[in-house]
Amino acid sequence: MNDPAISCDGIDKQFDDTIAVRGMTFELQRGELLSLLGPSGCGKTTALRLIAGFETPDTGRIHVGGQEVAGPDINLPPERRRVGMVFQDYALFPHMSLRGNVAYSLKNGENRRVDDLLDLVGLSGLGSRMPHELSGGEQQRGALARSLAAEPQVILLDEPFSNLDAALRAHVRAEVREILRAANATAIFVTHDIEEALSLTDRVAVMFDGAIEQIATPRDLYRRPATRRIAEWLGNANFLPAESSDGTVECELGRLQSEKELTGPVDLMVRPDWLTITTAATGNGVVADRIFYGHDQLIRVTFDTGTSVQVRVLSDDEFLPGQSVTVGCQGPNVVFPRREPNGDASPR
Amino acid sequence: MAVSNRAFEAPGPPQSSAPTARRVPLLLASLASLVGAAVLLPLVYLLVRAIQGGSAPWESFLRMRTVETLLATALLALAVTAATILISLPLAWLFARTDLPRRRTWLILAMLPLAIPSYVAGFAVIAGLGPQGFVHQALETIFGLGGIPGLTGFPGALFTLTVISYPYVLITTTVALTRIDPATEEAARSLGAGPWRTFFTVTVPQLRPALTAGGLLVALYTLSDFGAVSLMRFNSFTQVIYTQYQASFDRSLAALLGLLLVLLTVGILFLERRTRGKARFYRSSAGTPQRARLIRLERWKWPALIYCGAVIVVALLIPIGTLIYWSVRGVGSGGVNPGIWAAAGNSALASGLAGIAAVAAALPIAAFVTRYRRRFSSVLEGIAYSGYALPGVVLALSLVFFAANYAPIVYQSLFLLVFAYVVRFLPQAFGSIRASFLQVSPRLEESARAVGRGRFSALKTVTIPLIRPGILAGGALVFLTAMKELPATLLLGPTGFQTLATQIWSATDEGFFAAAGPAALLLVALASLPMILLFPRMQETR
Repeated sequence: MNDPAISCDGIDKQFDDTIAVRGMTFELQRGELLSLLGPSGCGKTTALRLIAGFETPDTGRIHVGGQEVAGPDINLPPERRRVGMVFQDYALFPHMSLRGNVAYSLKNGENRRVDDLLDLVGLSGLGSRMPHELSGGEQQRGALARSLAAEPQVILLDEPFSNLDAALRAHVRAEVREILRAANATAIFVTHDIEEALSLTDRVAVMFDGAIEQIATPRDLYRRPATRRIAEWLGNANFLPAESSDGTVECELGRLQSEKELTGPVDLMVRPDWLTITTAATGNGVVADRIFYGHDQLIRVTFDTGTSVQVRVLSDDEFLPGQSVTVGCQGPNVVFPRREPNGDASPR
Repeated sequence: MAVSNRAFEAPGPPQSSAPTARRVPLLLASLASLVGAAVLLPLVYLLVRAIQGGSAPWESFLRMRTVETLLATALLALAVTAATILISLPLAWLFARTDLPRRRTWLILAMLPLAIPSYVAGFAVIAGLGPQGFVHQALETIFGLGGIPGLTGFPGALFTLTVISYPYVLITTTVALTRIDPATEEAARSLGAGPWRTFFTVTVPQLRPALTAGGLLVALYTLSDFGAVSLMRFNSFTQVIYTQYQASFDRSLAALLGLLLVLLTVGILFLERRTRGKARFYRSSAGTPQRARLIRLERWKWPALIYCGAVIVVALLIPIGTLIYWSVRGVGSGGVNPGIWAAAGNSALASGLAGIAAVAAALPIAAFVTRYRRRFSSVLEGIAYSGYALPGVVLALSLVFFAANYAPIVYQSLFLLVFAYVVRFLPQAFGSIRASFLQVSPRLEESARAVGRGRFSALKTVTIPLIRPGILAGGALVFLTAMKELPATLLLGPTGFQTLATQIWSATDEGFFAAAGPAALLLVALASLPMILLFPRMQETR
């Protein structure tokens, strides 16, 4: 079977007069991990509930493991979709032991399988505990084991780490990733945490106002955002006014190669960590101020034109306000059409 | 973070607001102990009396086929509990989970039968559904169905008690259904369970505490009921005790039977504790609680409405219709019995005194158990709630014996009647006042002390004003429940002291339905007032 584990094709969903999901289209291969990243209220939870079968799409088709589960003529109930779900609050059955929870979808006598699953999520020995006797992280791994037991084609995880202590989160995240990899599971994470999406999954789908704006690997998303709003949302960004022609851009940093075929006035997006800074008697800018963070420091440099950029460098060298410096760039030189004239994107 | 993991909680000040090291004020401790001792008196004397009787009552006990009665009573309690759960579960589900039109109105209507005292319901069943009742007459004139026997005995008691006590299960179940984490049900669905399997393996087990709590109230209500079973001529335990007391001079036997009934009650309470299991039912989410999406009834809307309508007709409209029918007939044939106003006055007097006394008795205990966490506090708390386990007949009986032997001066006095009411209904006043004490931080009182107020001044100016709503609610609840109490009033009331309750009972017992009607209507109207206190809780169910 070479069918994708899951595919969504032009899914729309509207509640009363608010559009929750618009034209959602994507495919996910077996074993792949995808994040659905977006600010709260962007429709990502609705997207998950549509796939799981708790909501019915207005238009579009959903295939799971090659089988159509939702479409114009079909709408399978959740229990027949082979889609697993791990809820934000884990939703372990409070009246059953951990074992009972994991065994819920299994036939009697599959004790070995329960043992294997508990082993996989690192909870062997805790099977007789009740959910309230488990820590948050343990409850979550329990919920994951319960989902895996049903051998779903795809597992959906709704804000799975939001209920965990910040100190614990990174650790549990790594654990969950390992478990899913070990089980060769296909999974979709819904999250509003950028760091989580970038560090956890193979691909990230960024969602705004019910529509997916870009699907890419975390690295591409960070380095080559498709839109200005993704660029701004994913991390600090400087926007420099520039002129683009014939695959090059002309700006305060000089003439640079550009990847996009745009001609005319543009904004060049450079992240502070792509910029380099060196002391020079007659540089192209002057240090305006600096913020020291320990591992690195953020330096604001003002050019002759009055435009300023933020530069992130390691804390080895000291730069003093008023010092003349030269700023260079080593980034992928992403350009967007010029945003005029309020210019709130480029710090002046 | 509400996840149940202590290890990750930040260390903070201890959760409990009750200081353990503080010295207990002597006056408060003595007052609380005094009330506790007084409340225990009937139970202790019952025990003494049963032991003193020696072996003689045991012999008559075995002759009397008491075991049979005990089993029949237990069977009735079981049957009523099962029937109330069967009626309430679908209702609760409709009210909490579906788009049934006018859910709130239905819920309030469905709760109202709780306000009907058991002997009034009994009266309504006999006068309404009996051979002389209007339902029978209607069936006979319209359909020509004559001679259908009226409901009496076990089926009659089962029907009457079910109809007035199912709201106990309904309210606990409806609230629980709205509180279950809907994600657990969705999880079951995505694990491959269909709607029915999900309902029975995930929803119902999570409802168990609510069903048990409601069912427990129903079972205790049935065990202690005297009015309905007597009118239905069903030989339940309370009925046998009462007859035994009326008929014989050997009162040790009655005491022994009473003690057995208390033991049965305590046994059921104990059983409930044991079956609670180790599951905890709460959500561990820190996010906004998800509300279950309402299920669209669509073509099931009409069957659902018919079911709700049928319950309301049988449990509310027929009984109230009967009361109105006989009241109108009574007024039509010679006006209202003039005794009704004297009876209403007596009811108000005795219940009013009981309300005030119950509040006065509950205050020191509530202050003590909420402010000073000692081992003694939980003992006191148990004593304060013991009235629930003491059926009215048994309580009254014990007090009659005690007064006749040791305090003839209070025998057949209003004082003794009010005392019985206080013991029986102290749990209601205590529960309400305790809850409001818990909402007042002891720090407030300490602040008043810190600016120079004395202990009593601080209590008067800070705590009492803050718990006033709880005091008023508790007092009102006792007032309105005491007004309905029948067996204690029958046994302990001063000679010739007629209340609404006794008047309705004797009139119904003798078949003077027209005389019972107006008093019953008045009593039901008064008794539905505490329902207003329940409404804030019902808000939670949308």
